[in-house]
Amino acid sequence: MIEASNLAAGYGAKEVWRDANFSFGSGEFVAVIGPNGAGKTTLFRLLLGLQQPSGGSLRVFGATPRRGNPRIGYVPQHHLIDRETHIECVELVRLGLSGTKWGFDPFSHADFDTALAALESVGAHDLAHYPLGVLSGGELQRIFLAEALVSKPDILLLDEPLSNLDLRRETELLHLVNSVVRSAGVTAMLIAHNINPLLPHLDKVIYVANGKMATGKPSEVLTSESLTALYGIQVEVLRDPHGNVAIIGVEEHHGDIR
Amino acid sequence: MTMDLNLVALLQQIWSYEFMQHALETSWIISVVAGVTGYFVVLRRSAFVAHAYSEIGFAGASGAILIGIDPLVGLVLGSISGGIAIAALGRRLTNRDTQIGIVLAFALGLGLLFISLYKAFSTAAISILFGEILGISANEVLLTFAAGVGILVVMGFLYRPLLFASLDEDVAEAKGMPMLFLGTAFLVVVALAVSFAVQVTGVLLIFSLMVTPAATAQYVSMRPSRAILISVGISLLATQTGLFVGYFTPYPVSFFITAIAFTLYLVVRLIHGYVHRRFKEPV
Repeated sequence: MIEASNLAAGYGAKEVWRDANFSFGSGEFVAVIGPNGAGKTTLFRLLLGLQQPSGGSLRVFGATPRRGNPRIGYVPQHHLIDRETHIECVELVRLGLSGTKWGFDPFSHADFDTALAALESVGAHDLAHYPLGVLSGGELQRIFLAEALVSKPDILLLDEPLSNLDLRRETELLHLVNSVVRSAGVTAMLIAHNINPLLPHLDKVIYVANGKMATGKPSEVLTSESLTALYGIQVEVLRDPHGNVAIIGVEEHHGDIR
Repeated sequence: MTMDLNLVALLQQIWSYEFMQHALETSWIISVVAGVTGYFVVLRRSAFVAHAYSEIGFAGASGAILIGIDPLVGLVLGSISGGIAIAALGRRLTNRDTQIGIVLAFALGLGLLFISLYKAFSTAAISILFGEILGISANEVLLTFAAGVGILVVMGFLYRPLLFASLDEDVAEAKGMPMLFLGTAFLVVVALAVSFAVQVTGVLLIFSLMVTPAATAQYVSMRPSRAILISVGISLLATQTGLFVGYFTPYPVSFFITAIAFTLYLVVRLIHGYVHRRFKEPV
């Protein structure tokens, strides 16, 4: 579904990362972790066709990524919604379905029902007629998820959906994404700072730091040996008795990935 | 019964004056146009941009009078060139109040220079600044009608992608929407709408039709299509009542339009605040 070989990305002359190799099939849950500015969102921009690779090749559904692929659902990190957005939630979800169509149409009833069904699938049916501006961070993430899912995508890209969520909302959202991955066979890629809450659900992980990318199963990638080999410096992966992970050494003075 | 007859007679009397006919016709077109475009101005937080257009239009209009052409032409040219210039800066820059404020101040100063160069111009200046709906010619009505139809057709075409881009810019872009085209087309439409609405409200009172009705409407309905209809309704109510009251009093029509729009806004906010106080709590 998604394949990269020797993929490199950058802005102009500045290279963000290089030599990325990965391959994801359908129905896989992938976490993308790493420090700020490591190029996690850049990877999403390449997958969405918003930016061209600076080297190597990237195939999505067996073809070069192109902007506007309806088979990709996307939840960006930044949104324009604030307290002054007096528009009901179902409207935003409907736009996920028909917001790309030109011409005036007060939206068909079929669209409306599809949008309500998408809200139902993320457990936000009761929020349908609430204004977007009054929702909490966790509720908004559910609405964005419904907006991304309403067009029945095969790939779901979530850019830091867990930031600003408390522990309980974080767990709820992860269970939700995981159930979408398992029940609909959607491949989900999720950018996060902290891998630990994700570990129970993950199939694969992409670890980005210092211009390099490590990819594979969490148990294979997140070891002292593999990261030391990749970065050529001593990296320690520590595990506590609950299975939580801390990576030390790659980011030098920038601290661990929490 | 006699009241009804009196009202009909009164309306017939008002309609018998050509300047009132032109005023009413223009106000209908402008109310619809401002109600529709205003909704997106409010949604996209572009109120300050809209105001800048009207003041760039002021420089255009006063310049037009100076060289002896119809001020409406100057208004349209002025605000559209401003529209394209600001759109070229891109959306992220569009909301930069500082730069827009700098351009706005310069445009107003330029307008002032044109006024001082043209003697016996003060009444014309007042009518551009505060509106002179009672002095609209038949040609201007036709021009307004043509522009109004054009604006509504374009807005109908842009409707869904513009709503999408206004609510969720990054997703709309990823879905392949032409963001620069949408932003530019919208700003040019707003510039055009503003320059015609200036006939009714004047440069300085432009918000009373471009912002207040839409801002009020979004508290009444959370569904955009309905809110737009309500916004149009409020604009119509304000202009029609304003013209009616203005006809019988010596005070300016623009004042009544702004006062009615403002009063409606206050009433709706108060009612909304009361009805929806539970929304204020985190849900």
